[in-house]
Amino acid sequence: MENELKLTAGAVASLGIATAALVVLPYLQVHDLEPAAGLKPYTEQQLRGRQVYIANGCVYCHSQQPRDRNFGPDFERGWGRASVPADYFHDRPHLLGTMRTGPDLLNIGVRQPSLDWHLGHLYQPRAYVQGSNMPAYRYLFVHKDAAETGDVVVAVPPGHGVPGKVIVATRDATDLVRYLQSLDRSYPVLPASGRP
Amino acid sequence: MDSAILSLLGAFVLSILGLFAFIWSLRKGLLVENPAGAGLIFARGEIGQIDDPALGGDAHAALQDAASTSLGAPRGADPDEVRARLESDRSSAFPVFMFIAFACLWLLVGSAAGLTASVKLHAPDWLVDDAWLTFGRLRAVHTNAVFYGWVSNACIAVILWLLPRLLRTRLAGAGWAMLGGSLLNAGVAAGIGAIASGWSDGMEFLEIPWQIDVFIFGGIALVILPALYTLARRKVEHLYVSVWYFIASLLWVAVLFLVANLPGVHVGVQQATTNWWFGHNVLGLWFTPVSVGAIYYFLPKVLGRPVVSYNLSLLGFWTLAFFYPQVGGHHLIGGPVPGWLTTLSIVQSVMMVIPVVAFSINQGGTLWGRMNLAIYSPTLRFMMFGGLMYFASSVEGSLEALRSVNQVAHFTHFTVAHAHLGAYSFVTMVMFGAIYFMLPRVLAWEWPYPKLITLHFWLAVIGGLLYVIPLSIGGWLQGLAMLDASRPFIDSVTVTMPYLEWRSIAGAMLTIGHLVFVGHFFAMALRFGPNRAGAALFWTPSGEAMAHGK
Repeated sequence: MENELKLTAGAVASLGIATAALVVLPYLQVHDLEPAAGLKPYTEQQLRGRQVYIANGCVYCHSQQPRDRNFGPDFERGWGRASVPADYFHDRPHLLGTMRTGPDLLNIGVRQPSLDWHLGHLYQPRAYVQGSNMPAYRYLFVHKDAAETGDVVVAVPPGHGVPGKVIVATRDATDLVRYLQSLDRSYPVLPASGRP
Repeated sequence: MDSAILSLLGAFVLSILGLFAFIWSLRKGLLVENPAGAGLIFARGEIGQIDDPALGGDAHAALQDAASTSLGAPRGADPDEVRARLESDRSSAFPVFMFIAFACLWLLVGSAAGLTASVKLHAPDWLVDDAWLTFGRLRAVHTNAVFYGWVSNACIAVILWLLPRLLRTRLAGAGWAMLGGSLLNAGVAAGIGAIASGWSDGMEFLEIPWQIDVFIFGGIALVILPALYTLARRKVEHLYVSVWYFIASLLWVAVLFLVANLPGVHVGVQQATTNWWFGHNVLGLWFTPVSVGAIYYFLPKVLGRPVVSYNLSLLGFWTLAFFYPQVGGHHLIGGPVPGWLTTLSIVQSVMMVIPVVAFSINQGGTLWGRMNLAIYSPTLRFMMFGGLMYFASSVEGSLEALRSVNQVAHFTHFTVAHAHLGAYSFVTMVMFGAIYFMLPRVLAWEWPYPKLITLHFWLAVIGGLLYVIPLSIGGWLQGLAMLDASRPFIDSVTVTMPYLEWRSIAGAMLTIGHLVFVGHFFAMALRFGPNRAGAALFWTPSGEAMAHGK
């Protein structure tokens, strides 16, 4: 091959085809999508919590995309029906994820609605789930001698706190839990067209 | 409209298009082998002369003896052409040294973050009081440091060093390339700081905030322009196969990085397809072509023997160019994306067997009857192992894209193991080999402690395999446990524990290897060891004598 123009033209064309298929066509297909009928927009607090979720890399262990029932037991595990593009209308950036070191979270708000459970579980996951390898998020909490007014005090099972101290959730921790509680795609949808 | 038929039709049309482009580009001498093209990397009369700057005088002579017994003694290279090559090397020495130094720095940062993250997966209560040390941040620090820091800098070093050699000209705009390198690495440092402090764009491999991406893109652009200018001022008629890979990969990475990081454009699941269009193409269109291009140069150069089939390398290049860019959708199989998209990606993932087999036959043929030379040459060892792992990781990747396999492997550590087979055992090993070859020429100084190269090689090989094999098994078991509705989810966590511990042991071995490598690099840069060469970065007559007197 002697011609550098042929080389660059070929290289750009090959990537162009792929960009059309993987970027442009999906864009045309979803850019004017309507939100799913039962989907609520995030509140400001939930959006702040979503940023905490992003900042701490929850996406590296938790997916947000339950698969179809003929592709895995996601529904049987209580993770919800297979998701559709309209479920993600308010999600910027997307948090679909590619790992399930922990369970799928797209419907965690349905499965586990309790604020206390989530806060305690973030403080020490192994107090709630035997054998879990989720990191403890102690830096999202402060230890105080006594709670002050307005503090969100976290109750953890005996033997997991610091003796003589109370555990108080930071705003990041409560925001994060508010976001998790909002994750609910249990409303019915029509199956997306074009799925196998 | 039936999506399956549509997608298969689309894939078919695209593949045919790719093949036409290939044939069109090849129409001159399609069925005739082209030994002149393959021999371009040698000076006149140099074929048969082995070349491994990582070797000292005696070891070099032993390698030449071993090679000459099968090939006959070389005729002796044309001194004018060798002098021209030396001129090329001089023009690129300073920027190449700079990129290698940055690469070494990021390799250490990436190793430390990766090893810590690995340990935290089986010791989740370790280091839990600081936000920046949490698993989710360290993992992203690791991936960004090794992707944008280590591999990208090493790739640029290889490109900037080989382009002037292959085009038989001087590197144009070396100063601009170095300015680009400064911008790029400042961007990577800022990006990693941002991730550690919790400021992230939130998408895998696109974590670095777009405000910082501006600097990284500027840096990449300032590296590309000198490369293209050097191409335009070439003094050879024919472009060697490595040049196609390098030039194409530079264009690809610029487009990929720009499109994927455009703020405010991508929405919902389309953002996810873009995310993985980018995520897989960084491997497929940036790391892979540069590494393959490097093997196409270094392996025949060390052996003193041109690649056996130059036409096979053309086939490999164009099939890679047309199949690889579309495979990214296989990261979303079973997800909420259009079915035709994942099907297209699966088809193209399987088609990737063609370029990989073309490459492997070619390298295998070139090495045939010459494998024993690996005993003598460290560069050759790294290149051979890397090439072999390219075959292994690509075939595994093609299989992994099949729905039935993906169903188990997706969402598990199997994918992580696969990523390391490709990015470490293939790409990183090739980069190590290339650096061992380049640096003595760049610094005009020999590697001070050759035994350390051997130590590094075995740490990297054994550590790499010890990483990939157990973690693949663990990931597979994890996937099976997850698919079995009768087993609780936590089973899929506990089953991986011993394999995660093995991964940390393997990661520690790799990290020790990196300390050896970077320590050796510093010893060389600071002129430790026996003084066997004269000059520093800047060329002097004694440097010329050193570089080609053996």
